[in-house]
Amino acid sequence: MKAVIGLEIHVQMTSLKTKLFCSCPADYRGAPPNTHVCPVCLGLPGALPVVNMEAVKKAIMLALALNCRWVAEKVVFSRKHYFYPDLPKNYQITQFKGGGGMPIAEDGYLELEMGGDVRRVRIRRINIEEDPGRLVYTEGDITSSPEVLIDYNRSGIALLEIVTEPDISSPREARVFLEKLRAIIEYLDIADLDLEGAMRVDANISLPGGSRVEVKNIGSIKEVEKALSYEMVRQKSLLSRGARVGRETRHWDPVRGVTRPLRVKEEEEDYRYFPDPDLPPIPLPRELVDAAAALLPELPDARMRRFVEDHGLRREIAYALAMDKRLANFYEETLKYYWAPRTTAVMLAVDYLGFLEKNKLRMGEDRLTPKLLAKLVRLVDEEVITPEQGKHLLFRVAREGVDPEEVVEREGLRALRSEDELRTIVRRVVEANPKAVSDAARNPRAVNFLVGRVMKETQGRAEPRLVRRLVVEELRRRGVRVEA
Amino acid sequence: MKAWEMPATMVAEMVREGSLSAVEYVSKILERAEETEPRINAYITLLKEQALRRAEEVDRTVARGEDPGRLAGVAVAVKDNIAVRGVENTCGSRILKGYRPPFNATVVEKLLREGAVIIGKTNMDEFAMGSTTETSAYGPTRNPWNPERVPGGSSGGSGAALAAGSATLALGSDTGGSIRCPAAYTGTYGLKPTYGAVSRYGLVPYANSLEQIGPMARNTADLALLYSVIVGHDPRDSTSLRDSDTRLAHVEHIDPSRLRIGVIRELVEDPVDPRVSRAVWSVISKLESMGASVEEVSLPLVEYALPAYYIIAMAEASSNLARYDGTRYGFRAPGATWEEMVVETRTRGFGWEVKRRIMLGSFILSAGYVEQYYVKALRVRSAVRRALLELLSKHHVLAGATMPIPAPRLGERIRDPLLLYTMDVATVLANLAGIPALNTPADVVDGAPVGAQFMGPPMGEPLLLGVSRLVEEATRFRDEVVQP
Repeated sequence: MKAVIGLEIHVQMTSLKTKLFCSCPADYRGAPPNTHVCPVCLGLPGALPVVNMEAVKKAIMLALALNCRWVAEKVVFSRKHYFYPDLPKNYQITQFKGGGGMPIAEDGYLELEMGGDVRRVRIRRINIEEDPGRLVYTEGDITSSPEVLIDYNRSGIALLEIVTEPDISSPREARVFLEKLRAIIEYLDIADLDLEGAMRVDANISLPGGSRVEVKNIGSIKEVEKALSYEMVRQKSLLSRGARVGRETRHWDPVRGVTRPLRVKEEEEDYRYFPDPDLPPIPLPRELVDAAAALLPELPDARMRRFVEDHGLRREIAYALAMDKRLANFYEETLKYYWAPRTTAVMLAVDYLGFLEKNKLRMGEDRLTPKLLAKLVRLVDEEVITPEQGKHLLFRVAREGVDPEEVVEREGLRALRSEDELRTIVRRVVEANPKAVSDAARNPRAVNFLVGRVMKETQGRAEPRLVRRLVVEELRRRGVRVEA
Repeated sequence: MKAWEMPATMVAEMVREGSLSAVEYVSKILERAEETEPRINAYITLLKEQALRRAEEVDRTVARGEDPGRLAGVAVAVKDNIAVRGVENTCGSRILKGYRPPFNATVVEKLLREGAVIIGKTNMDEFAMGSTTETSAYGPTRNPWNPERVPGGSSGGSGAALAAGSATLALGSDTGGSIRCPAAYTGTYGLKPTYGAVSRYGLVPYANSLEQIGPMARNTADLALLYSVIVGHDPRDSTSLRDSDTRLAHVEHIDPSRLRIGVIRELVEDPVDPRVSRAVWSVISKLESMGASVEEVSLPLVEYALPAYYIIAMAEASSNLARYDGTRYGFRAPGATWEEMVVETRTRGFGWEVKRRIMLGSFILSAGYVEQYYVKALRVRSAVRRALLELLSKHHVLAGATMPIPAPRLGERIRDPLLLYTMDVATVLANLAGIPALNTPADVVDGAPVGAQFMGPPMGEPLLLGVSRLVEEATRFRDEVVQP
């Protein structure tokens, strides 16, 4: 069953130095509550907002990167009214189409590759708006806490709101879309989305025969996929029993992995939007937009194509690198020291990422540098060590920051390539394991066992394929009939 | 001449040259306030010790041979909707009881930089919503000329303080006539500047797109002096004009024989009270006898200006006043939940007139009505501006009554909101158009003054101040302090 999914994504522009309408620092994380505040972001009577133009520039860059066909001719902010304790003015300064207001951009799209198909997810609009403060629940969560504290440090942080059309048909596609969006945002240096709460997603999902259900405030891309999968199962089972899926708003509980009802949506809320009279429209001349377009950096898709076409990388490897700006930068930096794109790419996208994941580290928290990696790649590329050795050495370098060339020299790790030397070892191993030799004709695993013994004798310095050939040769010489 | 009758220009000059002690003069003003306040109630907060300490500082500056500034020692009354750091800022409302802003309004910073002594915070209609200073939660202000009559509003406390001699200069704010109306009824000069000429930073908003802080004084030279201090671009106010500076504050020398005055028929004919019309015509005739050319012009849009004004003002007000919910500052009523607390706080904290405007404003902005009312009102507003600019392209200034009736008795107008609103028919034009307008005293009717209004082109303050000086010379109405 195909789902109809639309996303509303809020991204904090964490790379800005100040908030959207005042000069309070944008980096509020870890600060004691209510210390990064001023009359403006506390909404004190008489304080006035002044637009952070950097935020506008970033928004335009994103609009262009998302192929928006319409970019506003002026920046207009509107007030959205609702009473909530985290909102110090009881209205949010945002953008809205109507009554003279308009979003910063509309009508864009993002293309995804889904199993060989190219899928296009349309972007309805992009808004700039201010983040509200943060409610701190002293016990439990929003549904159970007896009291609530308010921290306004987050109040006024610049947000981008990106709204898609309901063009997404599966939870996995939602994840792929968000990963790509995330990559673009990082390429444009808009935000570091690894920061807690920097990306928050509201997801709308409906199945044929059911109404639209909105799942609010999901905190990460993986959680989006999980929440949507959960909703699909829940709604499917309701529909299959002939029950109704009503229009409602639900809350995602990441701990229990379930969505729970928040409120039933009876009608559209009336936010009484109107253009904020404190913020006169800022003209956005075409030249300015064109200038921004000229400043757009290479984006993930283009970079991936370059990796495939110019570096000869496999598509999946190129994608894995290009979707992670820091990893791709690391890769290209490494190539400056030593040009071996394929070896470098595999070591980064497979071995290095595996190492980080296994050790629960983020890039930069280990000790690998492009220069050290380049040395390592050269050792493998020039066959001083085997790829298998290279992988193990990579883990050591990342952990200890040691120079791979020195380690190879000091510990005599050079690959064992002399067939004569290897034959001696092979002969010794074959003679020491008569049982395996007699089994070899029937059981290929016996050959693997012998190869393994030889590898062990050489301390991994030999090329496994070469060892296998020599083992097979030795066995045949002794009259054992084995497959090559 | 008694200290409380002295013009500001004289006080500043004498304090600067050391021939008048600021402390002595301020003490006299405070004594005068002690005497008049029980009958007038011009102040919500009188800053006795603070003003004296400040005066001492000014005297010390002079003693050190330094210049305290152009307002050296001058006692300035500040309307209670303008933020003075650490001083209660009530806006005449119960809901802001106890709120002390942690920052100064830009105009207050400018006053302090020029050596002014802030003598107190003046009474006003609650959130500046009214034309009589009767809707204040701190009791009505009475007209020093005739305590049975209102002083006008909403800056009634500022006008009354000047007329009673408990301040030498005063700041008011004018959203739809709130400076010019009390100026008219207290026999003082009051200027509503070009929109954007004076920073609104620190002015508690009622209707942001309409209002300006402006000077009030007992003569034109004082008015120009105070204006020259507060005028100018402020980067903290996005609606502040870039080219607004002290050049806007000079008094243009006018050759009356080259002055072309357009008298707006609708502002001197029925339903304007004939006694007011006579007073206005007497001022106009004096200018005519000095050589000015006078022509009657018609502005049929006057009829639509008032409803358009109220629709815009109420819409903006309903938004601006949303923030007063008891959560962060000011008055808080008890409640079992946050929602209950907010409802109770707003129910008890706001007065009737404020509630009426919030309700109407919320209705005006609600979906389905916003186009019918708000957007239409904005179109009327543009039409009014075009019409006034058209008239101002043929005449240097436009003249008419400031208020259509003489100062009402307490309770006379406030019973009926429509009766109250029609008092603003002549003043709202300048706010809708964003043009400067000024009141000059014209005559005394029933023991209280009435005023003539002059409107000028955008940035036409020097011209208006020049006309004001001509009127002052012709009427000899200056430095009037009355014994209430």
